Amino acid sequence: MDYIKIIILAIIVNNIILSQFLGICSFLGVTGKVSTAIGMGAAVTFVISMGNAITHLIQTYILIPYHIEFLQTITFIFVVAFLVQIVEIIVKKSVPTLYQALGIYLPLITTNCATLAVALLAVQNHYNLVQSVVYAIAIGIGYTLAMVLMAGIREQMEINGYPKGMRGFPMTLVIGSLLAMAFMGFSGLVK
Amino acid sequence: MLKPILRPGKEESMSNLKHFTNGIIKENPTFVLVLGTCPVLAITTTGFNGFGMGMATAMVLVLSNIFISILKNYIPDKVRIAVFITIIATCVSVVELVMKAFTPDLYKALGIFIPLIVVNCLVLGRAEAFAQKKGVFASALDGLGMGIGFTISLTLISIVREILGNGSFFTIPIIPAGAHPMLLFILPPGAFLTFGLLFAVMNALKRKFKI
Repeated sequence: MDYIKIIILAIIVNNIILSQFLGICSFLGVTGKVSTAIGMGAAVTFVISMGNAITHLIQTYILIPYHIEFLQTITFIFVVAFLVQIVEIIVKKSVPTLYQALGIYLPLITTNCATLAVALLAVQNHYNLVQSVVYAIAIGIGYTLAMVLMAGIREQMEINGYPKGMRGFPMTLVIGSLLAMAFMGFSGLVK
Repeated sequence: MLKPILRPGKEESMSNLKHFTNGIIKENPTFVLVLGTCPVLAITTTGFNGFGMGMATAMVLVLSNIFISILKNYIPDKVRIAVFITIIATCVSVVELVMKAFTPDLYKALGIFIPLIVVNCLVLGRAEAFAQKKGVFASALDGLGMGIGFTISLTLISIVREILGNGSFFTIPIIPAGAHPMLLFILPPGAFLTFGLLFAVMNALKRKFKI
């Protein structure tokens, strides 16, 4: 299969946040500032690309040969939790300010639907090891793109006034709707 | 073990009712706690999908709350998240297999979002905030209340989206022939828009009635 096709599909056409609705919690939660959004994007990209490599090996060499595919969900979530723990330790030691800014959302990458979903989707699409990792990295880039766009718009929105009832989540969701509409323009780009 | 569960005192049953209703309005998982928003946006395209997803999540919530509450004294504090996730993942696998066997159409429609109940922050959130501290019966009620609250909000959003986007109500067509529904509402942007506007309406209602 064409790698460029996988990459374009994952970043733009099937953007993980804006057209597949995965990782919405962090999309609503940590998009207050552009710098935080970039940090979160990088952390998620690392976790899903490592995670996809490991889960692919587990799926091919353990789950399928022993016919225990029904344990998929449990084993995959363990791999993700393990990786998140590693990322948390690294970020805490090397970039303490980012660690502070991400707060609860860093350990919550474990329960970020994007991480588990990407592993499951890669298995569903029958990608091989390299395709699976390329797919994960592209998804990570798409995730970061959506997060940064949202954070930029929200930083601007803080300056403007809008109705009281719309403050907070409602406004963020409406902005998300406009972004999703913009990304819909890309559908049909790859056949 | 069952005795104290089946015979709650009068005082306790009063507060149990509160645990139950808490999740439906006052701490509605979607509109107040804003947990588990991925399925809220993704699968609310038809009323049946929304309702089915809500029920599946409710089942997982009740099961995981019960098991975590039973085991709470044996789980070491340091590894509790890992243990909770394992318990939740087991419950989700059970629900997944049950749905695959009995409601194959719904299973196909919801697709990847069924295994993703594991990473629904709502389930882990209730385990952490409620089940690991309270009794088995109260935890079960809390899970049920939260599950029903989640189902109600999912169904509400699905109904709005289905009527506007598909012109039908639980697959029964309601708009006159010849009129075009607004397709946008069953596409991704419509999900964000419906949720955002309903959220704003809920905020306005809450302020008006001071809930």
